[in-house]
Amino acid sequence: MVTMPILENRFEENVVFSTVDEMINWCRLSSIWPMTFGLACCAIEMMAVGAGQYDLDRFGAGAFRATPRQSDLMIVAGTVTYKMAIRIKRLYEQMPEPKFVMALGVCASAGGPYYEHGYHVLKGVDKIIPVDIYVPGCPPRPEALFDGLLKLQEKIRHQKVLRRLTPQEKSVIDETTRKYELETQKLTPLPKEYQV
Amino acid sequence: MQIQELFEALKKKFGDQVLELATPASGEPSVTVSAQAVQEVALFCREDSSLEFDQLMCLSGVDYPPEHLAVVYHLHSSTKHHRLVLKAMVPRQEPKLPTVSRVWRTANWHEREAYDLFGIVFTGHANLRRILLPQDWVGYPLRKDYVFPTEYRGIKCHD
Amino acid sequence: MTSSREFRSQEIYVNMGPQHPSTHGVLRLMLRTDGEIVSDVAPMIGYLHRCAEKYGESGTYQMMIPYTDRMDYLAGMNCNWAYCLAVEKLGNVVVPERAEYIRILVGELNRIASHLIAFGTYGLDLGAFTPFFYALDEREKILDLFEMVCGARLTYSYFRIGGVAADLPEGWVKRCHEFIDFFRKRIDEFNELLTYNYIFIRRTANIGVIPANMAVDYGCTGPVLRGSGMRRDTRVDEPYGLYPRLRFHIPIGMGEKGSVGDCWDRYMVRIREMEQSCDIIKQVLKSMPEKGDVRAKVPKAFKPPKGEVYVRSESSKGELGFYLISDGTDRPYRVKARSPSLSNLCVLPAISDGMMIADLVATLGSLDIVMGEIDR
Ligand code: SF4
Repeated sequence: MVTMPILENRFEENVVFSTVDEMINWCRLSSIWPMTFGLACCAIEMMAVGAGQYDLDRFGAGAFRATPRQSDLMIVAGTVTYKMAIRIKRLYEQMPEPKFVMALGVCASAGGPYYEHGYHVLKGVDKIIPVDIYVPGCPPRPEALFDGLLKLQEKIRHQKVLRRLTPQEKSVIDETTRKYELETQKLTPLPKEYQV
Repeated sequence: MQIQELFEALKKKFGDQVLELATPASGEPSVTVSAQAVQEVALFCREDSSLEFDQLMCLSGVDYPPEHLAVVYHLHSSTKHHRLVLKAMVPRQEPKLPTVSRVWRTANWHEREAYDLFGIVFTGHANLRRILLPQDWVGYPLRKDYVFPTEYRGIKCHD
Repeated sequence: MTSSREFRSQEIYVNMGPQHPSTHGVLRLMLRTDGEIVSDVAPMIGYLHRCAEKYGESGTYQMMIPYTDRMDYLAGMNCNWAYCLAVEKLGNVVVPERAEYIRILVGELNRIASHLIAFGTYGLDLGAFTPFFYALDEREKILDLFEMVCGARLTYSYFRIGGVAADLPEGWVKRCHEFIDFFRKRIDEFNELLTYNYIFIRRTANIGVIPANMAVDYGCTGPVLRGSGMRRDTRVDEPYGLYPRLRFHIPIGMGEKGSVGDCWDRYMVRIREMEQSCDIIKQVLKSMPEKGDVRAKVPKAFKPPKGEVYVRSESSKGELGFYLISDGTDRPYRVKARSPSLSNLCVLPAISDGMMIADLVATLGSLDIVMGEIDR
């Protein structure tokens, strides 16, 4: 049991009522794990945000993960070139759902200063992956990144997690379950010595 | 050594291969050598005891349409404290000249970059592939007549 | 190392990067390894090729300045400076004295900021987390100073052809003084924290040794070359600005903990350079004229005469050169940046044979590369 000295024994024992949606969304939004994904100048700003003075941990988003498989948020911080774009797409596909993308800086949002003659610069990362939040600036100030993060939290807060399936989805799920059951029936049972 | 003396020294050794000494109104003078002799000249510059150019500071390609491409070598000697600008002109149709990557190792990547952005072919280079752009890129972007791509692997380049 | 090579098993290829926390940006390394032992490394670059040289040709001379910021984004002021030096030499512009002093001030402050990042991330690479926070904390103070002079934290564009954009604001000099006094003491703390840490020494000493002649051959410059024991610094060898008036040391690697040119030496050169930069700043603050012009009169449509120059300067990573060709119009005919990180990186395959993968990370971190500058 975690003790909280300030709050301890101040309240009577009680129960909080909420919806499952709200509960799940609250959990999600208060522990967004971003991916360590520095591309260019903006990444330095992202590093500064993670460090002591600005302290991204206050928003529960300070746990930078090095692998896409553990992260919820991809902060595309910097200029995306064509050579990199293909990798970014793959990294995005490796992230588990629910996943979010923040385009940090004008480069990632729209090409920025490299729009006109940048033959090798992708004009906005939204050309290859869906983007949730755009943060303008070159580079955006740390406060702007916070703003983007808060906006993203707001977005997550209003997501619907539980809902009724549409007839189409239902039919797809039914179909897969049926197939799976058929498959399992076909399997030959394990040899005797391995059976538990 | 002054540039004039350097020029004389090169001229004495290589004769006709050393073409001219250009002294523009502002900026640095440069020595133009014939493209085919670049490797020998470079080796001489590095090895000769009175020149001792141990550092290749920079290697750049330049485009002079409609006829020429140029390769510019900036040399510096850290023992003798003098510098030299070597230039070699190659025709735009067939831009080929010998590599200097065996003379100064640092030239390896610089030459690959010149190949990547200008399409200058350095014969004898061990690994002449594109270095900055993807391998399947079309064209040489820093040439003056480069046309920007409209699409790369299915990604549209401009809206 | 040799003994472990006798037991060869199957070699495999490992792809490291371009998204990897210890490759400092979008560098990709292709490793051929036998277990933990690396037998070949092929760095692949270009994942951040942003066509800066094309931009140089497409705009006027002034329009290139913001793009130089974004080349080496850890030391934007130094890049600005190198480019402006080249243009000024091409157009024979004389910079006012006060502007020269201000340039040295911000240039050296930026050198400290850049080395701080190198220090912090090097700790991170080797598994020490705390130095990173210490370093970035100090860096924020420098960024505050920069914000006072130009309003930007990272991409400054503070330099102009013939001077700087604006004079120092009121109270800046005092704050700078305070910072330097505070920071000198802080460096000792850094040393206690990381430099003389036993584990750190074991991880860096005798690792990734670059002999001096190899460093020259591969065109290494800056702290990498000085770490190998060569006392070379463009600020002294080919002085620019008002550096001849200032007195400072050039720290070199001396093999204190291992052999000359190992990772620890390169790292230590950076720490000592920070101290030297502090001294330089102090001298400048003392001898700087109180008032004066900070910008020479340069016409909007600046047209240097025909010609070409190659000017080099000492950025925080090494020799940063700009090769400019003017054809007499208001646009450069060709802009080529010679980036120190490119040459510093290309030595990596030569020294990494037979290394452990973890040591490769240590070596790469000690080279302190910036991808923006390598790919441009
Ligand atoms: S938006 Fe500006 S600071 Fe960010 S990556 Fe692009 S150029 Fe660099």
